[in-house]
Amino acid sequence: MLGAFFPTRHDRRLIPQARLTGPMPWVIAVMLFLTLLAAAAALALGSAADQINADLAGRATVQIVNADSDARQRQASAAEAVLRSDRAVAVVTRVSDAEVRSLLSPWLGSSALSDDIPLPSLIDVDFRRNASDATLGRLRDALAEAAPDARIDAHGQWLRPVFELIGTLRWLAIALVVLLALASIASVMLSARSSFAAHAETIDIMHLLGSTHQQIARLFQRRIALDAALGALIACLLAAPVLWLLGRAATRLDSGLVSAGSFGPFDWLLLATVPIAGIALAVVTARMTVLGALRKKL
Amino acid sequence: MDSIVQFENVGLRYGTGPEALSDLSFTLFSGQFYFLTGPSGAGKSSLLRLLYLAQRPSRGMIRLFDSDLVTLSRDRMPGFRRRIGVVFQDFRLVPHLSAFDNIALPLRIAGMRDADLATPVREILDWVGLSARGDALPATLSGGEQQRVAIARAVITRPDILVADEPTGNVDPEMAVKLLRLFEALNRMGTTIIVATHDIHLMTRIKRAQMMRLEGGRLFDPTGALRYPPKPSDLRGWEEDKG
Repeated sequence: MLGAFFPTRHDRRLIPQARLTGPMPWVIAVMLFLTLLAAAAALALGSAADQINADLAGRATVQIVNADSDARQRQASAAEAVLRSDRAVAVVTRVSDAEVRSLLSPWLGSSALSDDIPLPSLIDVDFRRNASDATLGRLRDALAEAAPDARIDAHGQWLRPVFELIGTLRWLAIALVVLLALASIASVMLSARSSFAAHAETIDIMHLLGSTHQQIARLFQRRIALDAALGALIACLLAAPVLWLLGRAATRLDSGLVSAGSFGPFDWLLLATVPIAGIALAVVTARMTVLGALRKKL
Repeated sequence: MDSIVQFENVGLRYGTGPEALSDLSFTLFSGQFYFLTGPSGAGKSSLLRLLYLAQRPSRGMIRLFDSDLVTLSRDRMPGFRRRIGVVFQDFRLVPHLSAFDNIALPLRIAGMRDADLATPVREILDWVGLSARGDALPATLSGGEQQRVAIARAVITRPDILVADEPTGNVDPEMAVKLLRLFEALNRMGTTIIVATHDIHLMTRIKRAQMMRLEGGRLFDPTGALRYPPKPSDLRGWEEDKG
């Protein structure tokens, strides 16, 4: 199989190669470097979206707002009972008044939070899996009867615009990968055509001596494969420290959203396939281009 | 005798220009030696291009190795071309390959391993008097040496047909005779030889050779009958064709 793609030592001499003095390895290096960054961005955004979704979409807070302390406590107990009885709910945790005060004190100041100021009762809810709109609707209906002043806020809903932005950026990164792949194909086609024209005399001689189209195409495949391999090596050497530094900077931000976008082993494996896919794409493109040009010959 | 090439009402036109070849009908037989002659612009090179499959005819029918060339699929063309050795008028050597590698090229295209091709290539280099120049690039060879490399490349595979366009134009008379002897030896082994030339002396050296003369893209004898061997009266006045 590989023999069909890579020719003998003599075949290599037929089409001399410029190696790093030619533009092609550098063009491929730049394309693959950008592709690696775009692919890394797509993977990081995907991972961030999954992580945030896992952290927040399975949680909700029930808030009971009533100035009357007794009524508020009564409704909170009723709401707690309703929540505990629902099959979609895994854990129900009543937030104590002290905890509520400590949450609000950075904004209102501890002196302002006297016992006279009514604070809402809060209940944290962990769902067995991500809460669907149907589940939330069912709980709202049940709470409306048991605790009319209760309001349920799904954490995932607060962050819906953030999710949408992350999703858009992720698709943008994927679109960039596709565009860069198309630009790489166009570059390889131009290079193969130019090389084909530069060696037209040699090709013509081989053709008249009985070379098959596959034999001639193989010469160009190898030429492009070596250029692409050199370009991929340069791209990897440039991209690896850049990605490592970006990952390190993201971790240092110590933000739940940003640090969620780090790479796992599978992500690194996927990134490693980018240069390999780039080389394969270049070889196949060169082969198709040269075979297309040879079809015009008798 | 088996026919190896058959032309029937063949015409060749480049683009929208006038016909370079018109109404060619003839048969070439296996194992024969043919000279193709005629003044410059008569269509000799065009006829040779049809014979070595660089061109399809604009009209008419060509049969080669018992196959119709007009309808022959592209996939089968390389196999046919490997059975035809060609000596181009302008040699057409690959400039960045040594004389050895240029001569070995048809063998490598045919799939012969490097270990197997050294002996035949050395033999043929010796035969054309270039054994000491095997590593030389074409640019460092004289015109005559390049021509001998081109001839060696054409005959190395012992083709069924050898097509040669002015194969002795750049060599001295002694080497011309020697090369002709090589063609004769090949011919005796069964190769059909077709040589386009202006050299009358060359034509008279092969007694059993047949002759085709083209004028204005047509065979000189409109019946297509071939003259063999050439008589002195046939050759009279052909000197002015040269060039």
